Amino acid sequence: MSSTKTQAVRASATLSLPTAALGVTFGVLAAPILGALPAIVMSAVVWSGGAQFGALTVLTGGGGVGLAAGTGLLANARFVPMGIGFAPSVSGSPVRRALAAILVVDASFALAHRGEGRFDPEVVVWSAPLQYLGWVLGTIAGALGASTLASPTSLGLDVLFPVFYLGLLLPELRAAGRPLAVAVAAAVVALALVPITPEGVPVLAAAATALLGLKGQP
Amino acid sequence: MTWVLILALAAGTIALKVVGPLIAGGAAPPPALTRVIALLTPALLTGLVITSTFASSHDLVIDARAAGVGLGLALLLLRTPLLVALVAAAATAAAIRMLI
Repeated sequence: MSSTKTQAVRASATLSLPTAALGVTFGVLAAPILGALPAIVMSAVVWSGGAQFGALTVLTGGGGVGLAAGTGLLANARFVPMGIGFAPSVSGSPVRRALAAILVVDASFALAHRGEGRFDPEVVVWSAPLQYLGWVLGTIAGALGASTLASPTSLGLDVLFPVFYLGLLLPELRAAGRPLAVAVAAAVVALALVPITPEGVPVLAAAATALLGLKGQP
Repeated sequence: MTWVLILALAAGTIALKVVGPLIAGGAAPPPALTRVIALLTPALLTGLVITSTFASSHDLVIDARAAGVGLGLALLLLRTPLLVALVAAAATAAAIRMLI
């Protein structure tokens, strides 16, 4: 086992805790709306909190399936620029690059960042199994226990994700190339858009503040 | 209809993940694009932190989440291990919700 691989598995073990907590939350909220089995299957085949919570929010609010699918996929539109950024770091054939890109999730994308736009694809690949298991097993626990479990928010599970993302964000802010200015801009954009745009747009627009990098180094 | 939604989300998500590599190929991007890509991680993470802390559907709220996340941030800045920060943040949010 290479050291990158060991590190990736270890890092993704810490990372699978908030993922599982979020999975439980999704299961609890989705089971009454979708049914327990569809909620579990959704986590197993979609494997994306952003898209699933986006779609669920629309359905819960009485929206149709078309709007729910559109909202869910809008929440995932960030994977297009993320894929463009990640692909050149993967050696081998286009098929290999595409397969590695399918395994990318927000957390492993951040963990795999080696600075200056380079990524370690091994980190993405070896974080994937525990990330996937955490998400799916969490959903199963939430969906089946929906009526008996204490609500996930009463346990404070919903704060695990932002704190976890902060843990990934702080080291990024110490890098060269004005990441702090970009993070401040991203925060302002996200806050401004939450009240007025569909689910998913604030995060997508926040990610777009990375375009400030086009202006060149100070 | 639920199954149609599940299928659409699954197929759509895979398509979104694959389209980037298919456009970009394996070529090293020009320097300006490299800078943008390097900044994509902090920009994306900030957006996720902000929305998952302050957004409640379409409202901005300061509630038990903000208190928990604030404590988590403080602990991380003091270089507390991530796992400790996570547990402390969740416990804080849970305690506040129990009290009010």
